[in-house]
Amino acid sequence: MILVYINSSNGISKSSYESISYGKKLGDVIALTNGGASSDDLASLGQYGASKVLVDRKINGDDQQQLTKLIASAVENNSVKTIVFSHDLVGKSVAPMLSVRLKAGLVSGAISLPDAEGCVDVNVFSGKALGKVKVNSEIKIISLLPNSIQPEENGSACPVEEITADTGSPSIKVLSTKKPEGEIPLPEAELVVSAGRGLKGPENWAMVEDLAVSLGAATACSRPVADIGWRPHHEHVGQTGVAIRPNLYIAIGISGAIQHLAGVNGSKVIVVINTDPEAPFFKAADYGIIGDAFEVVPRLNEAVNKFKAS
Amino acid sequence: MKILVCISKAPDTTSKIAFSEENTKFDENGVQFIVNPYDEWYALVRALEIKEAGGGQVTIITVGGASDDAIIRKALAIGADDAVRLDSEAKDAYYTAMQISSYAKENNYDLILTGKETINYNGSQVAGMIAAELDVPFVSLASKLDVNGSTLTVEREIVGGLQVVELNAPAVISCAKGMAEQRIPNMRGIMAARTKPLNVVAAQEIENLTEFVSYALPNAKSAVKMIDPENMDELVELLHKEAKVI
Ligand SMILES: Cc1cc2nc3c(=O)[nH]c(=O)nc-3n(C[C@H](O)[C@H](O)[C@H](O)COP(=O)(O)OP(=O)(O)OC[C@H]3O[C@@H](n4cnc5c(N)ncnc54)[C@H](O)[C@@H]3O)c2cc1C
Repeated sequence: MILVYINSSNGISKSSYESISYGKKLGDVIALTNGGASSDDLASLGQYGASKVLVDRKINGDDQQQLTKLIASAVENNSVKTIVFSHDLVGKSVAPMLSVRLKAGLVSGAISLPDAEGCVDVNVFSGKALGKVKVNSEIKIISLLPNSIQPEENGSACPVEEITADTGSPSIKVLSTKKPEGEIPLPEAELVVSAGRGLKGPENWAMVEDLAVSLGAATACSRPVADIGWRPHHEHVGQTGVAIRPNLYIAIGISGAIQHLAGVNGSKVIVVINTDPEAPFFKAADYGIIGDAFEVVPRLNEAVNKFKAS
Repeated sequence: MKILVCISKAPDTTSKIAFSEENTKFDENGVQFIVNPYDEWYALVRALEIKEAGGGQVTIITVGGASDDAIIRKALAIGADDAVRLDSEAKDAYYTAMQISSYAKENNYDLILTGKETINYNGSQVAGMIAAELDVPFVSLASKLDVNGSTLTVEREIVGGLQVVELNAPAVISCAKGMAEQRIPNMRGIMAARTKPLNVVAAQEIENLTEFVSYALPNAKSAVKMIDPENMDELVELLHKEAKVI
């Protein structure tokens, strides 16, 4: 049996469907979640291959120790052999704790299904290389990088069963939570518009945001731009920021330093807009435009709007 | 407060990544090693700030061989009081975390800090594993940490936002951007680091649950297609028809 943990605190995201589809390729899937998501939303996981959804409404997921206990008890009750997480903040915190509790080998940042030998590909060296990981333990945990596989719809809504696990009392008290509304979380975004120091100042970001809105894309930036406070830290992509692999990455006024490329070269298609024909980013690009961002970006935005209207 | 900071060796961010022994080993030839940036910039510096404000002790720990002593001295030069090297090759995250936990169990720390991930294996695994083994609370991806007696107030990243949480020490916290500013070691620090204690401790017998069987470099990109800056309609059409991404 395959258990897929779903973080439903913001509703069901695309990466949840990806994890279910991934699990379905490995065997029969039970989904497990917690908190207050609506039963209709949860039942939709059946359309991607879950045979049922278990939900513990009592715990909200803020305490990693409680979540670990919840998942471990579901593993024991359902003789689960493989647990799948999305490699988001839960995959990065709860999956390692579960690994120790179950003595189960963990593959984090997986980008492929297990091959015939059971080895899974992961991104290593911050996207500069791939590694094949073999898990030696009987129970295996896989934390799947968002945008690595396409979710596949192949079923219908499934039953949702409420459960309560013995998870003890929380050791972490939440004082406040801040969730910006409406923004697309960067690691999950399929389209990303990103800009760097070439934009000269924070007051020039309106054209970047306009283009992002026209495309339905998330916004990102290079490290110096976040460091000097032109843009928020969570937009910083690269080796020491967020690593992303969208379908489309548009880099505006970014030179393409090796540390920047490390975090974005998993993107399927890269467009580079830069005044300098020698900018290293052109070597990593699929489409290049040598030109001034202040002219090219508004023109591109117009072209996108024209395309969307047609 | 008694603080343990876990550090790891990582190839310098400009290193050319290559593999040897039929793509089964990272080729260390000509590679300059640094302290993993998240461990150094955020975990270590914040630990030092906490000590400077409220007293205590900052110990750094790593699992590695004698070749790791250089990065250990660097961390000592930045200001840690002493260092422990668990003498073994770090086989996988589980192996590493179990070594560190077994040392931590004997030596009772109030706080264990790590970077949010290493820039070579990007696993984000070790911190959570240590917390689970020690059975203490774990806060991941912290961007702020304040200590008041044994109460810890931590700002952390959550899916799609930020959260401020409170918990009691002992705890394990993984540190991300925002925690602290990088410190460049000065001459006095570098001199002092030479004589600070570096305890080499024999490793425990522990299995590894995972192994890297091979590595590969990503496929080379095909040549870039240049587009006339005046003709953005062409780009949009290519993105739609050729690349099929919009
Ligand atoms: C340990 C370490 C870790 C690092 N990690 C990261 C990381 O995670 N992410 C990251 O991004 N960087 C990282 N860096 C920094 C990296 O080395 C580069 O310094 C940084 O990426 C450069 O940012 P940039 O491209 O925005 O700025 P610049 O290098 O200054 O490039 C600006 C570009 O804009 C172009 N330009 C100027 N005007 C215009 C215009 N009008 N229109 C169009 N183009 C224009 C220029 O030709 C130039 O190519 C790291 C560095 C170190 C040492």
